[in-house]
Amino acid sequence: MFLSVSSLATAPPGSPNEMSNLTMSAPTPTSQTSALTPAPNDNAVAPAVTAPAFDVRNLSIWYGEKQAIKNISIEIPAKTVTAIIGPSGCGKSTFLRCLNRMHELVPHTRVDGEILFHGENLYRPGSDPAMARRRIGMVFQKSNPFPTMSIEENVLVGLRLNGVRDRHILNERLERSLRMAALWDEVKNDLKKPGMSISGGQQQRLCIARAIAVEPEVLLMDEPCSALDPIATARVEELIRELRTRYTIVIVTHNMQQASRVSDKTAFFYVGELIEFGDTAQIFSSPRERKTEDYITGRFG
Amino acid sequence: MIAARHDNHRWRKIKSALASALSLLAAILVIAPLGLVFFYLLQKGAGSVNWAFFTQLPKPVGEIGGGMANAIVGTGELLALASLIGVPIGVLGGVYLAEYGNASSNWWLRFVADILNGVPSITWGVVVYGLIVLTFKSFSAYAGGVALGFMMIPLIMRTTEEVLLLVPNGYREASLALGISRWRTIIHIVMKTASKGIVTGILLALARIAGETAPLLFTAFGNRFWNRNLAEPIAALPLQIFSYAISPYEDWHRQAWAGALVLVVGIFVINVSVRFLTRDRAARVT
Repeated sequence: MFLSVSSLATAPPGSPNEMSNLTMSAPTPTSQTSALTPAPNDNAVAPAVTAPAFDVRNLSIWYGEKQAIKNISIEIPAKTVTAIIGPSGCGKSTFLRCLNRMHELVPHTRVDGEILFHGENLYRPGSDPAMARRRIGMVFQKSNPFPTMSIEENVLVGLRLNGVRDRHILNERLERSLRMAALWDEVKNDLKKPGMSISGGQQQRLCIARAIAVEPEVLLMDEPCSALDPIATARVEELIRELRTRYTIVIVTHNMQQASRVSDKTAFFYVGELIEFGDTAQIFSSPRERKTEDYITGRFG
Repeated sequence: MIAARHDNHRWRKIKSALASALSLLAAILVIAPLGLVFFYLLQKGAGSVNWAFFTQLPKPVGEIGGGMANAIVGTGELLALASLIGVPIGVLGGVYLAEYGNASSNWWLRFVADILNGVPSITWGVVVYGLIVLTFKSFSAYAGGVALGFMMIPLIMRTTEEVLLLVPNGYREASLALGISRWRTIIHIVMKTASKGIVTGILLALARIAGETAPLLFTAFGNRFWNRNLAEPIAALPLQIFSYAISPYEDWHRQAWAGALVLVVGIFVINVSVRFLTRDRAARVT
């Protein structure tokens, strides 16, 4: 829990797997790839074989007449960080929101296809989206602690409003969630202060603590660092790497370096289609698709 | 060239000064009526606002003295009755508009609310007279409360809607993403965040109807004694001011001024507390 920012710079050298990726000759000019190949870190030790958390089959989504997602099939592994990259408007966020039914808040949305979450149909008719969302939490682009609540109340609101009253459980969850979000030491003496009184980076970690307090199995993150400065970003990225042993994490990001730093798997979306999905190291060093290569080397997007 | 530019510059300065002066004048004209009302009422009424005014019943015709205790309490009771109707319906209507309604139902609801806001207050009196006074064959505090309550509904509904819409969507999403149900999200997150704004809307509606006379003329009717039963006529400050002001007695005129002063000060106090609340809210939300 006491990892500092500096530990990022002194991350352990890459695994053999990654080294082999580095030696593989990428089809792009080296000057560009060198900037984009994953920095040596422990990312590439992806869990070997796990049952997928999400099994998405032929998913299409329409907003009114506009089709945002076109027939996507993808298996998102459990206890792994999966990054979704792609240019603006490519359907990344839409796809992410489908994974916990948040897209249903937008009127005139239509979904076709199937999402199995640990084998269960997420969209089973008559099922309560709130139940799905308890298991599949979300962290948003803009940190949004509830303004009327203290730090403590923010962390516990999900439990309280779902009926947990036991003070012992609440206290225990409060400390554990804040520790897991690497925020405990910074706020333990200010738990009664407003959630809005801490810095932007701390607020985002507070939102992560709030999301994990209800003990979900999945954390969906929609550009969680885009409003943060580099130091706060490093802090949150470090946190994501720590959390992946317990959670299935799906992170949408505009920042390809971030995807390469934090994720095990990367999916590249382009105008509503899934162009390529694979191990992060492979996607960034030897993409199979021309479009992926063009995007990660900065030819467009 | 240079001279021309210099002239131009001077002309622009004159225009600017003129515009400032005109807007200052307009601002003064806005404030002036308030000052006039206040100072005129103070001058005419302050001398008659005394302990007896707040504690005594009106004296029988012809006797000097007495007060408006029953009317002051009556106005309080009528406002409380009106709130029982206006606050829940108005707030829930605002919640529907902001959180549930679809575009076309909302368009109609807002349209109706705006028309209701524009309905002359005497109309509410007539409607409630027909609905309640004729049905129960008696003027009553209930009828007055209903008439005022009807007036509050559209006012509160629109202000509640507005302050709920000011709550950023991110809070609703964050709450729903925690697996919190829709109605709990609305009550515990959205309405809690907007609570000061909702209270502000309620207070403004109260301030707006506190001085209404027309809806009470043939509903609450007025009463020279204490109201012991809400099913019977009740005194109200605006009614008492009205009947005293058109009376032929010098002493009643004096008391009408005092009543008007008390009413205006009461409304002023409500508005100041609204200011206080909104200032605090602004400090917290931003």
